Amino acid sequence: MTENVRDDGFDDLLDAIEAGAGFYLRCANGHGSLPPRRACPHCGDQALTQEPLPESGEIETYSVITVATPEFEEDTPYVTAIVDFGPVRLTGQVRGIDPDDVSTGLVVGPNIEQTATMGERLITFRPR
Amino acid sequence: MTTVRVAGVGLTPFGEQPERTARDLFAEAGLAAIDDSGVDSGDIEALFYGNFMGEMAEHQGHQGPLMAEAVGLDVPATRYEAACASSGVAMRQAVRTLRNGEADVLLVGGAERMNNLGTAGATEALAIAADDLYEVRAGMTFPGAYALMARAYFDEFGGTREDLAHIAVKNHENALPNEYAQFRRAITIEQALEAPLIASPLGLFDACPITDGASAVVLVSEDYAKKHGIEATVAVTGTGQGGDKMALQDRGDLATSPAADKAAKQAYEDAGISAKDVDVAEVHDCFTIAEVLATESLGFFERGEGITAAREGTTTRTGSLPVNLSGGLKAKGHPVGATGTAQIAEMTKLLRGDHARSDAIPGADVGVCHNAGGTVGSAVVHVLEVVE
Repeated sequence: MTENVRDDGFDDLLDAIEAGAGFYLRCANGHGSLPPRRACPHCGDQALTQEPLPESGEIETYSVITVATPEFEEDTPYVTAIVDFGPVRLTGQVRGIDPDDVSTGLVVGPNIEQTATMGERLITFRPR
Repeated sequence: MTTVRVAGVGLTPFGEQPERTARDLFAEAGLAAIDDSGVDSGDIEALFYGNFMGEMAEHQGHQGPLMAEAVGLDVPATRYEAACASSGVAMRQAVRTLRNGEADVLLVGGAERMNNLGTAGATEALAIAADDLYEVRAGMTFPGAYALMARAYFDEFGGTREDLAHIAVKNHENALPNEYAQFRRAITIEQALEAPLIASPLGLFDACPITDGASAVVLVSEDYAKKHGIEATVAVTGTGQGGDKMALQDRGDLATSPAADKAAKQAYEDAGISAKDVDVAEVHDCFTIAEVLATESLGFFERGEGITAAREGTTTRTGSLPVNLSGGLKAKGHPVGATGTAQIAEMTKLLRGDHARSDAIPGADVGVCHNAGGTVGSAVVHVLEVVE
């Protein structure tokens, strides 16, 4: 990870989620994707527009991680999940619920929080 | 177009050997392959070499020329990187180069030094095969990524941790007589199920180990083999490669591996065979669920049916389609950049009849090797056949 330098697009998305105005990119053919993009990863279309990210999504799959990389050592155990928001999916950590109670289909909303180990920003999901 | 023949193969023992440099590991495997081939090393025209984490593990980039030097060659040498499929893609490029008539003798291989990083360091290095922005920064680990696929598979098709345990037990059993394997000890279903979870639903025994090792293969053209009296009864008759979105969140389906579907289809068409012609397979079982995804992509089973193949005995040593007779990545070990050509080496020996497990497949003449990169964002499949 590069320190003190923004990652255009990605950090813009994190800022937007933090402000309660998450977004995704939509191509002319209706495919959703996440920034930074200059072309749709599904069809190559370059006419991408910014659309509001739905306020909530459903957990599609998840895992309770107990062996982490050094950057997440003090975060364990944590729940990594892929959440389906319809036009796009997002990967992040599920918080605000006991890991044993997380289940596929659980409705969650996106947030930006910090990792316990490094204090870095990351995408999190909390039950809605 | 020439028929590409495997003239010789070489492996180091796979295992924990943190003090050994990648250059030393590759020298051992490369020289063993050259010795096995009977080829005059002065006839080797280029090195195609796979490595993934050299910058992190050894502060070493630009490894192509370094590895050529290590085996005593003064030839063009290029490193290929496709995460855990690094030497698989190196193999494919070498096969294509021989077929194009641009060379007659090539050395292909790979090496990886991992244990000197420690478990946390190796976990970090492996994680960078995932999407940094959207996966690594969310705390995704490689076991975690395959765990997400395993749960998606269970939800879509069914399956249990016990089904996966049968795959681990099978591959450990297969590795027992393999002198190059990292784990030469049998395990039980109970041991696998009782092992600590590392990323639910996957436990410690669902995962391959962290491995140091190298592998190499000498490939020659048909003409060269004839002219020089090289005995090379195994040919590479098919090659295929497929790709997919980098991050799991961008994939259409999390319970399948479309990159491997594409690679298998291409390799089968190239060889003029179908899945039912295959006698034996070495597949990329970095995690037990990965073997399931691989065998389904290779067309051995319908979607949702690969999960019970080991349990039902179809893919065991005595089954109709033995998978990972070497022990697979699970028990043989997974020095990531070396794995693709290690599979080719093991399969060549299985088909030649000089592998410790060759007696499981008497008369077999078609083998398939499946090598996956990352969460199967890359996949390479090769068909090997006995051609005499």
